[in-house]
Amino acid sequence: MNGKNTSTGKKILNLIGNNAVPIMFIIIILICLPMSGFSSTFLLNEIMNRLSRNAFLILSLLIPIMAGMGLNFGMTLGAMAAEIALIFTSDWQIWGIPGIVLATIMSIPISALLGLMCGKILNAAKGREMITSYIISFFMNGVYQLVVLYMMGSIIPITHTNIKLPRGYGVRASVDLTRIRKSLDNVLAFNVAGVRIPVMTLLIIAAMCLVIVWFRRTKLGQDMRAVGQDMEVARAAGIDVEGTRIISIVISTVLAGIGMVIYLQNMGDMATYSSHSQIGMFCIAALLVGGASVDKASIGNVFLGVILFHTMFILAPKAGAVITGNEVIGEYFRVFVSYGVITVALVMYETKKRRAKASMGAQLEAEQKEEENR
Amino acid sequence: MSSQTPLLELKNIKKDFFGNQVLEDINLTLDEGEVLGLVGENGAGKSTLMKILFGMNVIRETGGYGGDVVLNGQVVHFNSPFDALEAGIGMVHQEFSLIPGFTATENILLNREPQKKSVLAEVFGDRLNTLDRKDMDARSEDAIERMGVHIEGSMSISDMPVGHKQFTEIARELSKEQLKLLILDEPTAVLTEQEALALLESIRGMSKRGISVIFITHRLQEILDVCNKVAIMRDGVLVQEVPASQTSIPELTRWMVGRSVANAAVDRREPPATEPIMSIRKLWVDMPGETVRNVNLDVRRGEILGIGGLAGQGKLGIPNGVMGLYQAGGKVTFEGQDIPLNAPRKCLDASLAFVSEDRRGVGLLLDESLEWNVSFPAMQIHGEFLKPLLGGLVKWRDDKAIRETTDRYIDELKIKCTSSKQKAKELSGGNQQKICLAKAFALKPKFLFVSEPTRGIDVGAKALVLEALKKFNRDNGITIVMISSELEELRQICDRIAIVSGGRIAGILPASQPSEEFGALMVSSVV
Repeated sequence: MNGKNTSTGKKILNLIGNNAVPIMFIIIILICLPMSGFSSTFLLNEIMNRLSRNAFLILSLLIPIMAGMGLNFGMTLGAMAAEIALIFTSDWQIWGIPGIVLATIMSIPISALLGLMCGKILNAAKGREMITSYIISFFMNGVYQLVVLYMMGSIIPITHTNIKLPRGYGVRASVDLTRIRKSLDNVLAFNVAGVRIPVMTLLIIAAMCLVIVWFRRTKLGQDMRAVGQDMEVARAAGIDVEGTRIISIVISTVLAGIGMVIYLQNMGDMATYSSHSQIGMFCIAALLVGGASVDKASIGNVFLGVILFHTMFILAPKAGAVITGNEVIGEYFRVFVSYGVITVALVMYETKKRRAKASMGAQLEAEQKEEENR
Repeated sequence: MSSQTPLLELKNIKKDFFGNQVLEDINLTLDEGEVLGLVGENGAGKSTLMKILFGMNVIRETGGYGGDVVLNGQVVHFNSPFDALEAGIGMVHQEFSLIPGFTATENILLNREPQKKSVLAEVFGDRLNTLDRKDMDARSEDAIERMGVHIEGSMSISDMPVGHKQFTEIARELSKEQLKLLILDEPTAVLTEQEALALLESIRGMSKRGISVIFITHRLQEILDVCNKVAIMRDGVLVQEVPASQTSIPELTRWMVGRSVANAAVDRREPPATEPIMSIRKLWVDMPGETVRNVNLDVRRGEILGIGGLAGQGKLGIPNGVMGLYQAGGKVTFEGQDIPLNAPRKCLDASLAFVSEDRRGVGLLLDESLEWNVSFPAMQIHGEFLKPLLGGLVKWRDDKAIRETTDRYIDELKIKCTSSKQKAKELSGGNQQKICLAKAFALKPKFLFVSEPTRGIDVGAKALVLEALKKFNRDNGITIVMISSELEELRQICDRIAIVSGGRIAGILPASQPSEEFGALMVSSVV
């Protein structure tokens, strides 16, 4: 009786309200598009490039969300692991596909170890996973600096002068990955109407999507969904809640490590001390732009998010230059928008909960009215 | 069905919580396929008994129990609910234990899903097996079939009416092959009449299949309809055990609420026939588990009005709604003025005060001293205990006045503490409750809501708290509305008692009426 006859107008409003962030981005892009004056070939090339660069990293965020651990900045730890692995492979002068494969393999135990630690800490901070993982990533950044800046070259053998600082220990601020650059992207790559398609990278991303779809159907995936929705009920049914949460974080950091190797081979250059520092934020922002929320994210959100978020950043500097005459505005815009999007998503998550609560009261009132009229 | 050894025997079961005896020498037997109805007021010990039977952690953590649980002729000790499940005992709790975003099938087979081998499972362990959806559907269908009430297996829990959630839980227990004894804790509380009838039919079916059932409910007619025998508990003692065919609702009610010891003479006054000080009209309150619907109530100036009723029927929702702690609607007038709802400050400004049932959450600043706890609301609302300084530019706390007031209450209410500087969390439950009262008294209200003031406190403290309330009412003419699950306690100090049932006022009677009358009202429209 009640609730069934809501008008279509209300439904549309609800749809807009629930997808406010993606819709806002589409509007901004539509405004910026004509101003930038980019050709469609250039634009498509850029989008394809960035999609292959970033998608895997963002996919690594999905599993913790499924396990109810929210937007997990713990992925930054995986990124650090990948960087350490790449420093070693560069020092050993192993390039191309072998270098990528070796770096991936080496990153896995480091990511897993860091993920295990992060998962244990997050189990002690249930309900505050997002902020806790954010702070852990800052803390681990310090540890990373200690290892890379002081221990590498002194305790940990690093020999190559292109990598080592002239003082004899520590790693240079930038590690040159030119000889790895796009070596994965270029496998089987071909051009369609001037747009270069990095087939191998896309295949890996597609395989990852299939793995995630398959994973949802496993016992572990089912347990994660149960834990994500109600820890107490899951525990009462005999599911190992803490263990399951830790596994979800470990999977996430390991995937983030692999994703970071893919990301850096595309860039062809690694800023040793800053590459990882904002990657978590940009990935989370992109996922949210794709329409995900703190407790719900799909593979579709990942791709829509990557495309919208990056299209915007291709367009924004140019559009900014047209409006203000200054291209730097683009980078400023990028950081500003990322934080803005995350803030909006967090606020919307809370308001949605409150709205659901208020509607229960309204229902009670309606029932009472109905009863009086009878 | 007449096997030599009964399925379940409880022998001399005893349980105390920190010296507070809640179960005394409970002896019960249950045969295979027998349906036992268990009735009693809130706090009679039904839940504790079931917790013991189900091996709940809380029992072990509070020092275990005395006596023996004998299952199939063997003494058993359950260390966790999983042991109990293993032994064939299933329990459907009052609170739903379901995953909201899962379908009924997924919930029925939660963590017992049939699986298909997958290659990766060889490397990473069995948790990477995929779920066998087909087999899951078949098994949940089978369990639903056995229950005899149809629910849609593919429906998500969050889209279900509340009754179907209850059936999903029952189907979950029935899907366990080893199930021999099913405990149903107020399963019909959330069901519509038809659903309840279907459930009773389902219980009969289980009994035929040899599954024993312990059925806890406040709807006495259901007990008579479906049970083989009825056990009545009161104050931790099993007062009666009779075949259901040989008893009646009035008899059951009498056993439930009647007191074995004659109450000490209560100096009862005529209920004051004054004009209403507070009128509540068409009040609804959305308090989870204590929903209030369409309540109309007049509180007379200077009286002590009791609000009683069974748990979950909405008696707690009334004060929480009026005082603005939960979302509410309707109209409340106090001394001719409208009190806006959903605005706690406005209520306090109008000289209403509230002693919450949630002592530790709402009632106290646990990490602060007693002085602070007692004086804080008065300071905040009325600006008391403040000294103006620099011509009123700055207000200074008057620590001396605070200490004097607190010491006075400590003395009056016999609060056991080391000093007024002690932290509130260090006090025992009873003394914390007295601090809550002192805090409300310090507000100098015209009207006081007291919610479950004696819950979880010992007998001595109980008497003191009740006496303090009575004195506060008699000496200062303060109108008090007291909400309590314990009818006898209400009858001791109240002038009139309103009974809430199904979220509504079932009736208001003078406290001098016999207990049976109140008992009948309590179960009149239980939802």
